[in-house]
Amino acid sequence: MFRNLFFAAVLAGLAAGLVMSAIQQWRVIPLILEAETYEGEGHSHGKEAAVADHAHEEGTPAHTHDENAWAPADGFERIFYTVLSNVLIAIGFALVIGAVSVLAEIPLTLANGILWGLAGFAAFQFAPAYGLAPELPGMPAADLVARQAWWWSTVIATGLGIAILAKFRSLWAIIACVALIAAPHVIGAPQPPAGDHSDVPAHLASAYAAAALGTGAIFWFILGPLQGWLLDRFSKGGAA
Amino acid sequence: MTNTSNTLTTKTQSLSLSNRLLAGALALFMGLTLIGGVGFAANMAVHNGAHDARHASGFPCH
Repeated sequence: MFRNLFFAAVLAGLAAGLVMSAIQQWRVIPLILEAETYEGEGHSHGKEAAVADHAHEEGTPAHTHDENAWAPADGFERIFYTVLSNVLIAIGFALVIGAVSVLAEIPLTLANGILWGLAGFAAFQFAPAYGLAPELPGMPAADLVARQAWWWSTVIATGLGIAILAKFRSLWAIIACVALIAAPHVIGAPQPPAGDHSDVPAHLASAYAAAALGTGAIFWFILGPLQGWLLDRFSKGGAA
Repeated sequence: MTNTSNTLTTKTQSLSLSNRLLAGALALFMGLTLIGGVGFAANMAVHNGAHDARHASGFPCH
Protein backbone atom coordinates (compact mmCIF):
# COMPACT_ATOMS: atom_id res chain seq x y z
CA MET A 1 0.00 0.00 0.00
CA PHE A 2 2.78 2.39 0.92
CA ARG A 3 4.57 1.65 -2.34
CA ASN A 4 1.54 2.73 -4.43
CA LEU A 5 1.03 5.81 -2.30
CA PHE A 6 4.70 6.74 -2.46
CA PHE A 7 5.26 6.28 -6.19
CA ALA A 8 2.00 7.98 -7.17
CA ALA A 9 2.96 10.97 -5.01
CA VAL A 10 6.52 11.16 -6.33
CA LEU A 11 5.49 10.90 -10.00
CA ALA A 12 2.53 13.28 -9.70
CA GLY A 13 4.56 15.76 -7.61
CA LEU A 14 7.43 15.64 -10.08
CA ALA A 15 5.24 16.22 -13.14
CA ALA A 16 2.96 18.85 -11.60
CA GLY A 17 5.97 20.55 -9.96
CA LEU A 18 7.78 20.82 -13.30
CA VAL A 19 4.74 22.25 -15.11
CA MET A 20 4.21 24.70 -12.24
CA SER A 21 7.89 25.70 -12.37
CA ALA A 22 7.57 26.65 -16.03
CA ILE A 23 4.49 28.80 -15.40
CA GLN A 24 6.16 30.26 -12.31
CA GLN A 25 9.28 31.28 -14.26
CA TRP A 26 7.01 33.02 -16.75
CA ARG A 27 4.56 34.78 -14.42
CA VAL A 28 5.89 34.85 -10.85
CA ILE A 29 9.70 34.93 -10.77
CA PRO A 30 10.10 38.10 -12.91
CA LEU A 31 8.10 39.98 -10.25
CA ILE A 32 10.40 38.67 -7.48
CA LEU A 33 13.46 39.78 -9.44
CA GLU A 34 11.95 43.19 -10.08
CA ALA A 35 11.03 43.60 -6.40
CA GLU A 36 14.59 42.79 -5.38
CA THR A 37 15.81 45.84 -7.25
CA TYR A 38 13.94 47.90 -4.64
CA GLU A 39 15.75 46.18 -1.80
CA GLY A 40 18.80 47.98 -0.45
CA GLU A 41 21.38 45.28 -1.15
CA GLY A 42 19.93 44.13 -4.45
CA HIS A 43 19.57 40.52 -3.29
CA SER A 44 17.24 38.50 -1.16
CA HIS A 45 18.52 39.80 2.13
CA GLY A 46 18.56 43.52 1.81
CA LYS A 47 18.68 45.72 4.87
CA GLU A 48 14.96 46.45 4.79
CA ALA A 49 14.03 42.79 4.94
CA ALA A 50 16.39 42.21 7.84
CA VAL A 51 15.03 45.21 9.69
CA ALA A 52 11.44 44.11 9.07
CA ASP A 53 12.25 40.63 10.37
CA HIS A 54 13.90 41.71 13.51
CA ALA A 55 12.02 44.81 14.46
CA HIS A 56 11.21 43.12 17.76
CA GLU A 57 14.85 42.63 18.55
CA GLU A 58 16.15 46.12 18.16
CA GLY A 59 19.45 46.67 19.81
CA THR A 60 20.70 43.15 19.37
CA PRO A 61 23.17 42.52 16.58
CA ALA A 62 21.83 40.91 13.40
CA HIS A 63 22.60 37.36 14.32
CA THR A 64 20.34 35.13 12.24
CA HIS A 65 21.18 36.56 8.85
CA ASP A 66 24.51 35.17 7.84
CA GLU A 67 25.31 37.20 4.75
CA ASN A 68 28.17 34.84 3.97
CA ALA A 69 25.93 31.78 3.66
CA TRP A 70 25.89 30.02 0.31
CA ALA A 71 23.42 31.35 -2.23
CA PRO A 72 22.89 30.20 -5.81
CA ALA A 73 24.33 32.44 -8.50
CA ASP A 74 21.72 34.38 -10.47
CA GLY A 75 20.68 32.76 -13.74
CA PHE A 76 20.80 29.04 -14.39
CA GLU A 77 21.92 28.03 -10.89
CA ARG A 78 19.21 30.02 -9.17
CA ILE A 79 16.53 28.66 -11.52
CA PHE A 80 17.83 25.11 -10.99
CA TYR A 81 17.50 25.34 -7.21
CA THR A 82 14.08 26.97 -7.48
CA VAL A 83 12.81 24.15 -9.70
CA LEU A 84 14.37 21.54 -7.39
CA SER A 85 12.71 23.16 -4.38
CA ASN A 86 9.37 23.36 -6.21
CA VAL A 87 9.50 19.67 -7.07
CA LEU A 88 10.41 18.64 -3.50
CA ILE A 89 7.63 20.79 -2.05
CA ALA A 90 5.22 19.41 -4.68
CA ILE A 91 6.09 15.81 -3.73
CA GLY A 92 5.59 16.82 -0.10
CA PHE A 93 2.10 18.16 -0.90
CA ALA A 94 1.30 14.99 -2.88
CA LEU A 95 2.44 12.75 -0.01
CA VAL A 96 0.26 14.70 2.42
CA ILE A 97 -2.94 14.43 0.34
CA GLY A 98 -2.15 10.78 -0.39
CA ALA A 99 -1.71 10.18 3.35
CA VAL A 100 -4.97 11.96 4.20
CA SER A 101 -6.76 9.83 1.60
CA VAL A 102 -5.44 6.62 3.14
CA LEU A 103 -5.90 7.65 6.78
CA ALA A 104 -9.42 9.07 6.32
CA GLU A 105 -10.40 6.32 3.86
CA ILE A 106 -11.52 8.83 1.25
CA PRO A 107 -10.34 7.50 -2.12
CA LEU A 108 -8.22 9.70 -4.37
CA THR A 109 -9.06 8.81 -7.98
CA LEU A 110 -9.01 10.34 -11.43
CA ALA A 111 -12.75 11.02 -11.08
CA ASN A 112 -12.50 13.02 -7.84
CA GLY A 113 -8.91 14.24 -8.25
CA ILE A 114 -10.02 17.76 -9.12
CA LEU A 115 -11.81 17.97 -5.76
CA TRP A 116 -8.64 16.85 -3.98
CA GLY A 117 -6.76 19.51 -5.93
CA LEU A 118 -9.32 22.10 -4.90
CA ALA A 119 -9.06 21.00 -1.26
CA GLY A 120 -5.25 21.07 -1.37
CA PHE A 121 -5.26 24.53 -2.93
CA ALA A 122 -7.74 25.79 -0.34
CA ALA A 123 -5.79 24.36 2.60
CA PHE A 124 -2.19 24.99 1.54
CA GLN A 125 -2.47 28.17 -0.47
CA PHE A 126 -5.74 30.04 -0.49
CA ALA A 127 -6.60 29.93 3.23
CA PRO A 128 -3.13 31.05 4.41
CA ALA A 129 -3.04 33.71 1.66
CA TYR A 130 -6.38 35.06 2.89
CA GLY A 131 -4.53 36.20 6.02
CA LEU A 132 -0.96 36.48 4.77
CA ALA A 133 -0.94 37.47 1.10
CA PRO A 134 1.98 35.97 -0.85
CA GLU A 135 4.79 38.39 -0.10
CA LEU A 136 7.48 39.82 -2.33
CA PRO A 137 11.02 40.18 -0.95
CA GLY A 138 11.43 43.48 0.84
CA MET A 139 7.82 43.91 1.92
CA PRO A 140 7.03 44.78 5.53
CA ALA A 141 5.94 41.80 7.58
CA ALA A 142 5.44 40.68 11.15
CA ASP A 143 7.79 38.35 13.01
CA LEU A 144 8.72 35.34 10.85
CA VAL A 145 8.15 32.63 13.44
CA ALA A 146 4.72 34.04 14.35
CA ARG A 147 3.73 34.08 10.68
CA GLN A 148 5.01 30.55 10.12
CA ALA A 149 3.05 29.33 13.16
CA TRP A 150 -0.10 31.03 11.87
CA TRP A 151 0.52 29.54 8.40
CA TRP A 152 0.79 25.98 9.72
CA SER A 153 -2.19 26.37 12.06
CA THR A 154 -4.31 27.69 9.19
CA VAL A 155 -3.27 24.87 6.86
CA ILE A 156 -4.04 22.21 9.48
CA ALA A 157 -7.38 23.76 10.55
CA THR A 158 -8.54 24.23 6.94
CA GLY A 159 -7.42 20.77 5.85
CA LEU A 160 -9.03 19.14 8.86
CA GLY A 161 -12.27 21.06 8.26
CA ILE A 162 -12.45 19.96 4.62
CA ALA A 163 -11.59 16.34 5.51
CA ILE A 164 -14.31 16.23 8.19
CA LEU A 165 -16.89 17.56 5.74
CA ALA A 166 -15.79 15.16 2.99
CA LYS A 167 -15.89 12.20 5.36
CA PHE A 168 -19.08 12.78 7.36
CA ARG A 169 -21.34 15.00 5.18
CA SER A 170 -23.79 15.91 7.92
CA LEU A 171 -24.99 19.05 9.63
CA TRP A 172 -22.47 18.84 12.46
CA ALA A 173 -19.71 18.24 9.90
CA ILE A 174 -20.71 21.43 8.04
CA ILE A 175 -20.64 23.38 11.31
CA ALA A 176 -17.27 21.90 12.32
CA CYS A 177 -15.87 22.59 8.85
CA VAL A 178 -16.97 26.24 8.82
CA ALA A 179 -15.71 26.78 12.38
CA LEU A 180 -12.31 25.23 11.64
CA ILE A 181 -11.87 27.20 8.42
CA ALA A 182 -12.97 30.49 9.99
CA ALA A 183 -11.07 30.22 13.30
CA PRO A 184 -7.59 31.26 12.09
CA HIS A 185 -9.06 34.32 10.37
CA VAL A 186 -11.12 35.30 13.39
CA ILE A 187 -7.96 35.04 15.50
CA GLY A 188 -6.16 36.95 12.78
CA ALA A 189 -2.78 36.62 11.05
CA PRO A 190 0.25 38.45 12.49
CA GLN A 191 0.37 41.88 10.85
CA PRO A 192 3.37 44.13 10.21
CA PRO A 193 3.82 47.05 12.63
CA ALA A 194 1.45 49.90 11.77
CA GLY A 195 3.00 52.47 9.47
CA ASP A 196 5.60 50.08 8.02
CA HIS A 197 6.00 50.50 4.31
CA SER A 198 8.42 49.42 1.61
CA ASP A 199 9.74 50.81 -1.64
CA VAL A 200 8.20 47.93 -3.60
CA PRO A 201 5.50 49.49 -5.83
CA ALA A 202 1.90 48.54 -5.02
CA HIS A 203 1.13 47.33 -8.55
CA LEU A 204 4.04 44.87 -8.32
CA ALA A 205 2.80 43.51 -5.00
CA SER A 206 -0.80 43.05 -6.15
CA ALA A 207 0.26 41.48 -9.46
CA TYR A 208 2.50 39.14 -7.47
CA ALA A 209 -0.19 37.98 -5.05
CA ALA A 210 -2.55 37.18 -7.94
CA ALA A 211 0.16 35.45 -10.01
CA ALA A 212 1.37 33.34 -7.09
CA LEU A 213 -2.17 32.21 -6.22
CA GLY A 214 -3.15 31.58 -9.84
CA THR A 215 -0.02 29.52 -10.46
CA GLY A 216 -0.69 27.60 -7.24
CA ALA A 217 -4.24 26.83 -8.40
CA ILE A 218 -3.00 25.48 -11.74
CA PHE A 219 -0.50 23.29 -9.90
CA TRP A 220 -3.13 21.77 -7.62
CA PHE A 221 -5.61 21.20 -10.47
CA ILE A 222 -2.91 19.18 -12.25
CA LEU A 223 -1.65 17.37 -9.15
CA GLY A 224 -5.02 16.06 -7.89
CA PRO A 225 -6.30 14.35 -11.06
CA LEU A 226 -2.82 13.13 -12.03
CA GLN A 227 -2.21 11.55 -8.64
CA GLY A 228 -5.71 10.02 -8.73
CA TRP A 229 -5.07 8.59 -12.20
CA LEU A 230 -1.76 7.06 -11.07
CA LEU A 231 -3.38 5.57 -7.95
CA ASP A 232 -6.18 4.11 -10.14
CA ARG A 233 -3.59 2.53 -12.40
CA PHE A 234 -1.43 1.19 -9.58
CA SER A 235 -4.36 -0.34 -7.73
CA LYS A 236 -5.49 -2.13 -10.90
CA GLY A 237 -2.04 -3.64 -11.13
CA GLY A 238 -2.53 -5.30 -7.72
CA ALA A 239 -2.27 -3.82 -4.24
CA ALA A 240 1.30 -3.68 -3.04
CA MET B 1 -11.41 -11.45 -12.53
CA THR B 2 -14.19 -11.39 -9.94
CA ASN B 3 -12.51 -14.17 -7.99
CA THR B 4 -9.20 -12.41 -8.04
CA SER B 5 -10.65 -9.14 -6.82
CA ASN B 6 -12.61 -10.96 -4.10
CA THR B 7 -9.49 -12.67 -2.81
CA LEU B 8 -7.70 -9.35 -3.01
CA THR B 9 -10.41 -7.56 -1.06
CA THR B 10 -10.36 -10.15 1.72
CA LYS B 11 -6.61 -10.00 1.89
CA THR B 12 -6.62 -6.21 1.94
CA GLN B 13 -9.25 -6.10 4.67
CA SER B 14 -7.38 -8.47 6.96
CA LEU B 15 -4.26 -6.37 6.65
CA SER B 16 -6.10 -3.15 6.25
CA LEU B 17 -6.06 -1.27 9.54
CA SER B 18 -2.45 -1.49 10.67
CA ASN B 19 -1.23 -1.43 7.09
CA ARG B 20 -3.29 1.64 6.31
CA LEU B 21 -2.29 3.53 9.44
CA LEU B 22 1.37 2.72 8.93
CA ALA B 23 1.38 3.71 5.24
CA GLY B 24 -0.60 6.88 5.94
CA ALA B 25 1.51 7.94 8.90
CA LEU B 26 4.74 7.31 7.03
CA ALA B 27 3.58 9.27 3.96
CA LEU B 28 2.30 12.11 6.15
CA PHE B 29 5.61 12.29 8.00
CA MET B 30 7.63 12.28 4.76
CA GLY B 31 5.41 14.90 3.16
CA LEU B 32 5.55 17.26 6.10
CA THR B 33 9.32 16.76 6.37
CA LEU B 34 9.73 17.73 2.71
CA ILE B 35 7.51 20.80 3.00
CA GLY B 36 9.11 21.86 6.29
CA GLY B 37 12.65 21.05 5.24
CA VAL B 38 12.51 22.91 1.95
CA GLY B 39 9.93 25.60 2.64
CA PHE B 40 10.55 26.47 6.27
CA ALA B 41 14.22 25.69 6.99
CA ALA B 42 16.03 28.31 9.07
CA ASN B 43 19.41 27.29 7.65
CA MET B 44 20.51 30.19 5.44
CA ALA B 45 22.03 28.08 2.66
CA VAL B 46 18.82 26.05 2.34
CA HIS B 47 16.81 29.26 2.60
CA ASN B 48 18.79 30.91 -0.19
CA GLY B 49 18.49 27.90 -2.50
CA ALA B 50 14.73 27.59 -1.95
CA HIS B 51 14.15 31.35 -1.69
CA ASP B 52 12.16 31.94 -4.86
CA ALA B 53 10.16 28.73 -4.43
CA ARG B 54 9.20 29.75 -0.89
CA HIS B 55 8.02 33.17 -2.00
CA ALA B 56 6.16 31.76 -4.99
CA SER B 57 4.33 29.19 -2.82
CA GLY B 58 3.21 31.93 -0.46
CA PHE B 59 5.23 30.58 2.48
CA PRO B 60 6.28 33.20 5.03
CA CYS B 61 9.94 33.60 4.03
CA HIS B 62 11.72 36.37 5.90
